[in-house]
Order: sequence, then structure tokens, then C-alpha cells
Amino acid sequence: MATEDQKSTFKTKIGLAEMLKGGVIMDVVNAEQAIIAEEAGAVAVMALERVPADIRKDGGIARMSDPKLIKEIMDAVTIPVMAKARIGHFVEAQILESLGVDFIDESEVLTPADDSYHIDKHRFKVPFVCGCRDLGEALRRIGEGAAMIRTKGEAGSGNVVEAVRHMRTVLAGVRKVQSLPFEELMTEAKNLGAPYELVVELHRTGKLPVPNFSAGGIATPADAALMRQLGAEAIFVGSGIFKSGDPQRRARAIVAAATYFDKPDILAEVSTDLGEPMVGIDIHVLPKEELMASRGW
Amino acid sequence: MSKPKIAVLGLQGDFHKHIERLAGLGAHAYAARLPEEISEADGLIIPGGESTTIGKLLVRYNLLDSIRTASDFGKPIYGTCAGLIVLATRITSSTSERGGQPTLGLLDITVSRNAFGRQIDSFESTIDAPIITGVGGKPLSAVFIRAPIVEEVGNNVQVLASYNGNIVFVRQDRILGSSFHPELTDDDRVHQYFLSVVDESLVTVTQH
Repeated sequence: MATEDQKSTFKTKIGLAEMLKGGVIMDVVNAEQAIIAEEAGAVAVMALERVPADIRKDGGIARMSDPKLIKEIMDAVTIPVMAKARIGHFVEAQILESLGVDFIDESEVLTPADDSYHIDKHRFKVPFVCGCRDLGEALRRIGEGAAMIRTKGEAGSGNVVEAVRHMRTVLAGVRKVQSLPFEELMTEAKNLGAPYELVVELHRTGKLPVPNFSAGGIATPADAALMRQLGAEAIFVGSGIFKSGDPQRRARAIVAAATYFDKPDILAEVSTDLGEPMVGIDIHVLPKEELMASRGW
Repeated sequence: MSKPKIAVLGLQGDFHKHIERLAGLGAHAYAARLPEEISEADGLIIPGGESTTIGKLLVRYNLLDSIRTASDFGKPIYGTCAGLIVLATRITSSTSERGGQPTLGLLDITVSRNAFGRQIDSFESTIDAPIITGVGGKPLSAVFIRAPIVEEVGNNVQVLASYNGNIVFVRQDRILGSSFHPELTDDDRVHQYFLSVVDESLVTVTQH
């Protein structure tokens, strides 16, 4: 029987996000690091020129990575490769799609290209992930076509406190919508700044329509397991692995922690003798304009 | 008959989707991450996910032997996408020559990873599998995500479905494998079929 293919549907986009659940997505800046990540058991790598900790240190404008670097990383590993575009920079996204990356992160870690609008992600064949700090931001991004949401945390800080706050805030928002009487949903959508239809759907199903991952400040296996126990369906680790003393061991340990997040015996074993973690920053000492999480509209 | 107990390998991937499908069909389904959680089941599903990640965790957490033992006892096993790759005896990759990926070697097939391409080539379609759909019946809904293709099958392997001439669904005795993800669709007939294989295996065990 003749079959009709439908390519790049929202179902296939969310499908890849489903396949990444329970896993760890690692930031890598070259092919060598990508191979280390794959060997450690990463479910995907994020190809970028500088990890967030270095973007923070170097300052200046952070942009999409050189396609040469992205292609080298795509050639080096068999797992999915993600890459970052600036918020609102739909041409960077077009370039990344033409390179064949598997996921685009419209990311606050790069310097925003548009201070009012995000990319219309429905127009692309490649799936997008976007950051959020609360439920309204999550539903706005999903409304624009994101097939995966990640709570932002504070990238490059090595400090998990913001990741925890954003995950708790999103999930508190979900619980609230679920508990409201139907007639209050329109006002709730207005207060959240979220599409009404998605608020209604959330009220009915009790969960976000796309997978919800966690990013920003995860530096140890315990951090990864903490975010999983709080409700994150997978983990992004940026600077936490390759800014640490022994990236191989730490990467393997965080992979194990994402899987066995509720098994303290295994967590104790993999947390043992990991060497130096990345140094990290107390977020309260950062000037407001240096916070990445507040980028996004 | 009491509800069959189905372990869904819960190391990584879309195992919750399989659990939802199986629970909807009346099975007792749960996520399994430890050897004893696999040995106490009547059947096992290895879900979609990243086959390299799942393979490495199978080795690191000593799960290969418990799955092989379950197979030796005649317990049915079904792998989707990454699960198909992990079950295969031979793996090739269209994107990398770096080998060394551990496998269970329970399905006598050669499987080519990411053979349909990268994510932008992922697709939804329908496929005929007469053993499940009947001849001329409504085809199965199938979602293919960076999907593998079965390139060669051994003599004991039955081809259940092909897509555009590529083998995408196979069975060898009580081991099943598909390139596609029925768990991402509303079509639960593949899971029904798997549970019927589990039921047959339980009857055989009872007769002994």
C-alpha cells in the first residue's frame, strides 16, 4: 500500500525530545570533547565556541558558532547535535537548520538579537528548545513552536539555586492551573501572559505539552539528581563538565545520576573522588545586567 | 489469568510512553533499572532513546546478563528504535566508523543506525504488517525518529513489515524489534501483539 510520509511534524519534533528524556545533554567546544561526552553516555551534545562560564568571563557579544566547528562535531559523533541561535535571530536558525543540526537552542546564553520578539519556530523543520523561568514564559515559547522547554537556571554560574527556583516556579504554575475552576482560566492566561488554548490544555492534562528539561548551574551528580527529583525530565550541563578537574569521570557520574536520581547508594558511589568541580559564582554578587536568565520576553 | 508483569527498561528514553500504552491494555508495566527488576518480569520492552547511552548503562550497571537470562527463559522482549539496535547482533553506522557499541546480540540482524538520516528527516507514516493488521487491514501508525534500518536478517528472523523496501519490523522466536515508535502514536496494536506473545509464553511455562 502506498504510504504518505509527513516529515518534520510537531509529533516528530517532540518525538526526539522524548528520546532524550532521562539523559544528559553536554556543552562541547570541539570534536575531542564531543567524543568524550558520547563515550561518557551523553544523549546529545550542544556544539558551541565557548561554554557559558567563558562567555561570562570574556564579555562582548556572544553569537552562533562557526559552522566549521558545528560540522566537525556533527562528523565526530553519532548522537544528536544541538546548536545555539541568539534570541530572535531567525537567520542564525536558518543557517543551523541548513547545516542539519538535530535541535536548535534559542538561547539566553548568547546575546539577544531582538529585544521584543522570539523566533517563529513553527516555520522550521528542525525542533527548538527554549529557556523559561516560569509557566507563562514556558507557554509563550511552546505557543511559538518550541518542542522542548528547559528551565533556565543561571548558565555558567556553577550554582544550582536558580535552576531549582525556576523548576519549582514552573511546576507551581502547572499545579495552580490544574486546580483552578474553568471560568478562571482566561484571567489566569492573561496574568501569565500565556496563550489561552495552552492554558486550557494544561488544565485538562495536568502537564506541559512538551518535555521539560533543566539547565543552568548544574555542576555535580547530586545537582543533576536534585533537578530530576524536582521534576526535570532530563539535564543540560554546560560549563559544569569541561570546567572541572576530571571531565571524563564527572561526565560519566552525571549520566549515572540522571538515570539513578532516586537511588542514594548509587549517587554516593558515583559522587566519590570526582576531583575538583568548577569553581562557581554566588549569583547575588553578579550585577543585574550580567544575569543571563532575565533575557527572554 | 493475572495481569502480565512487563518491565520497561527505564535507563533513558521514552519508557514512560510504553508504560502508558501497556497500562492502557491492562498489563502491570513498570520502569526497570536494576537486574532484579528485570528478572521478576514476564516480558521486557527496551524503549527508544539513545542507543549509545542505553548500551553503556547496560554494561556499567550489569544488566546485559539479566536480559540475556530473561531471553534464555523464553521471556518475550520487544525493542523500539534504540531498543532494536541494542538487541541486534551487528551494528553499522552511516555517520561514524567508531564501533565498539555493546549489544545484547539476541536478534540475528545487521542494523544500520540513523539510516533514515538526521532529525530533519524524521517522519510519520503508516505501514502494513499483515501479521497484526490482517491483509488489507488498516495500516499501523508509525513515527520514525532518526530511525535505524534492518539491513540483513538471519534465517530464523521473520520480517513483519517493510517500509519502501527497507525492513523495519522483525521477529525471531519471542524477540521483536521495530525501527519505528508505536508508543508515540495512539495505535496500540503492536503493544497488543507483544502482550499476546507474552500470554503464549506464560501458557507454555505453565504446561511444563
